[in-house]
Amino acid sequence: MDTQTWIYLMVGGSFLLYLVIAIASRAGSTDDFYVAGGGVGPVANGMATAADWMSAASFISMAGLIAFLGYNASPYLMGWTGGFVLLALLLAPYLRKFGSFTVPAFIGARYYSNVARTVAVICLIVASITYVIGQMKGVGVAFGRFLQVEFETGVMIGMAVVFVYAVLGGMKGITYTQIAQYIVLIFAFTVPAVFISMQLTGVPLPQIGLGSTMADGSGVYLLERLDNVITDLGFDSFTTPEHSTLNVFMLTLSLMIGTAGLPHVIIRFFTVRKVTDARKSVGWALFFIAILYTTAPAVGAMARLNLMETVQTGPVGEETGNLKYSERPQWFKTWEGTGLLAFEDKNDDGRIQYYNANSEEFAEEASSYGWEGNEMVTVDRDIMVLANPEIAQLPSWVIALVAAGGVAAALSTAAGLLLAISSAISHDLLKSMLKPDISEKNELMAGRIAMTGSILVAGYLGMNPPGFAAEVVALAFGLAASSIFPVLLMGVFSKRMNREGAIAGMLAGLTATVLYIFVFKGMFFIPGTNLFPDEAGYWFLGIQPESFGAIGAAINFIAAFLVSRATPAPPAEIRDMIEDIRVPGALRQV
Amino acid sequence: MSDRPTGTAADYWRANVRLLLKLLVVWFVVSYLCGILLVDVLNAFSIGGYPLGYFFAQQGSIYVFLFLIFFYAWRMNKLDREFGVAEKE
Repeated sequence: MDTQTWIYLMVGGSFLLYLVIAIASRAGSTDDFYVAGGGVGPVANGMATAADWMSAASFISMAGLIAFLGYNASPYLMGWTGGFVLLALLLAPYLRKFGSFTVPAFIGARYYSNVARTVAVICLIVASITYVIGQMKGVGVAFGRFLQVEFETGVMIGMAVVFVYAVLGGMKGITYTQIAQYIVLIFAFTVPAVFISMQLTGVPLPQIGLGSTMADGSGVYLLERLDNVITDLGFDSFTTPEHSTLNVFMLTLSLMIGTAGLPHVIIRFFTVRKVTDARKSVGWALFFIAILYTTAPAVGAMARLNLMETVQTGPVGEETGNLKYSERPQWFKTWEGTGLLAFEDKNDDGRIQYYNANSEEFAEEASSYGWEGNEMVTVDRDIMVLANPEIAQLPSWVIALVAAGGVAAALSTAAGLLLAISSAISHDLLKSMLKPDISEKNELMAGRIAMTGSILVAGYLGMNPPGFAAEVVALAFGLAASSIFPVLLMGVFSKRMNREGAIAGMLAGLTATVLYIFVFKGMFFIPGTNLFPDEAGYWFLGIQPESFGAIGAAINFIAAFLVSRATPAPPAEIRDMIEDIRVPGALRQV
Repeated sequence: MSDRPTGTAADYWRANVRLLLKLLVVWFVVSYLCGILLVDVLNAFSIGGYPLGYFFAQQGSIYVFLFLIFFYAWRMNKLDREFGVAEKE
C-alpha cells in the first residue's frame, strides 16, 4: 500500500472513531454538557487534559523550535509543564471543591459581583478565541500537507468533525474523544522518535538516547557531535544559552502562570468526582504531557543532526564534503514539493552548502571555501517532525500515523477551547445574568447553539486569519497570566481580597499587558501602529512582549492589594465559602 | 463532624500552606535556578552526554515537576485524614 492510501486509512479511521465516541456519549443534561457529568476518573481526565493542552504547536512545531534553538527553547518546555505544578498546588483542588461549571462562575461567586464575572468572561473569550484561531489553522495545514486538499477544505472538514462531537456531547463527548486523540497523537509522536533514537544511538528510549553516545562506535556523545557539527558551520551551540537571562526567566514564568490560568485547562478539573481526584489528576495530566515534552528535545536534536549530516557528508571546506544536489534523498525531494525545504545553488557547484551565513566570524571561512551564501534558503521548522519518519526511512504507516497525530492534536485543543467559550456564553452570560429562569433543557440547547456559533466563528477566523495570527498566542498567555491566574489565586489564599480589589487587579494587569504587547506589535496588531520596533534594544529591561505576562500578574497583585485595603472586607458568607473550599470534605454540616 | 473546633481547619490550612511553599521552593530551584540562572555553571558538569544545566532545563525539571505533584497529592491525602477533613467516599 502506498503512503497516501495509508494516510487516508489512518486519518479516516481516527475520524470514524471520534464519531462513534460522539454518538455513544451524547449529553443529556447541562451537567453532561459542561462537566461531562462530573464523574471522570483521574487517569482518564489526565489523558484528556494532556490532549486538551497539547496543541498543533506542541505536536508539530515544538520539536522544530528545539531543533533550531537548542537550549534557548527551554522556556517553552519548562513553562508549559511547570504551570501544572501551580495548577495542582494552588488552584485545581479548591476550584473543584467549589464545584462550578465555568471559571467566571467561580470568580463571580467568590467576588460576589457580576462585574467581576463579566470581566472574567471577556478575558476568557479573548484568550480562547485567539488561541483557537491557531488550532483551526493547524487543522487546515495538517490536512493540506498530508491529504493534499485545499487549506479551506481542511478547515471545513475539521469543523464538521468537531461539530458532531462537541455539539452532541459537549464536555462529555469532548472528554472521550480527547482520550482517543491523546492515544493517537502520543503514538504518532513517540514511534518515529524511538526508531530514530535506535538508529543514532542504539538506545530505544529517546530521553536516554539523547544523553548517550553515537551508535557508530566513535564513542562521541550525541549532543557533543551535534554541537561540533553545527558550530563548525557557524551556527550557535546547541546546549548553551544565547539570550538575556532575565528575558528567559520572565518568559518561563509568564508561560507557567499563563498555563495555570488558561480556562480551557482549568475546566477539565471540574469534571472529576472529588478533590483528591483533582489533585491526582493534575499529576496524570503532566505525566501524559511529559511523555511528549521529554521526547521533543530528543526529536529536535536528532532530526537536526540527521538534517545536517545529510547535507554535510564530509569535512567542512572539502569539496566532496557537501552533498551533490542531484544525489539528494527522496524525502528531500518530497518536502521541496511542499515549499518547506528550498535549495538555491548560489555558487553553481551543484552541491549543497548549508551554513549560518549570518555569522560574521564564519563568513570569511565560508568565502575561502568558495561558498557564496547559505543555499538551504528555506528550512521550515515544522519539517523536523513532519519529515522525521521519512528521514529515518520508516514504513509508510508511520508517516500516516504522524498525519493522524497532527490532526488529533489540533482538533482536541480546538474542542476544549470551544467548550470554554460556549459555556461562558450559555452559562455565565445567558443563564446567570440575562435569563436566570431559563430551564435546564433550554440552557442545554443554548449551550449547543453557542457551540455551533463558536465553531463557525473559529472556522471563519482560521480561514481568514487576521494579520496578527502568529502573535496572538502571546496575547492568550499574557491575558491568562495577568488577569485570570492572580484573581483565582487570591480568591483561595486571601480571605481579605474583595470585589473592588479583584476588579481593579484584573483591569490593571490586563491593561498593562495588552498595552505592552500593542506598543511593540501594533495597536490591535495593526501593522505600522506600533510605537517602538519589536527589538531587544527597545524592550523594557530587555523583556520581550511574550514575556510580559508575569509582570502583568505582578501589577494585578499590587493593584488588587492596594484597592482591597482601601475598601470594605468581603461579607461573612464569602469568608465562610473560602473556609469551605479550603478543605476537601465538609467542615460543618449545613 | 459538626462541632469540630475551628482551630482544626486553621491548623490544616497552615500545614497545607507550609507543605506547598516547600514544594514551590523545589519547583523554583530545579527550573529557575538550575535550568536558567545557574545554567552556565552547571553545564561544566554532565550526566552521561547531557551538560547538567541543559539537562535540568529540558529533562530534569519536568521529572521533578511530576514528582512534586504526586508527592503533594499523597501528602495532602494523609493530611486530610489526620485532620478529619477527608471527603466521604
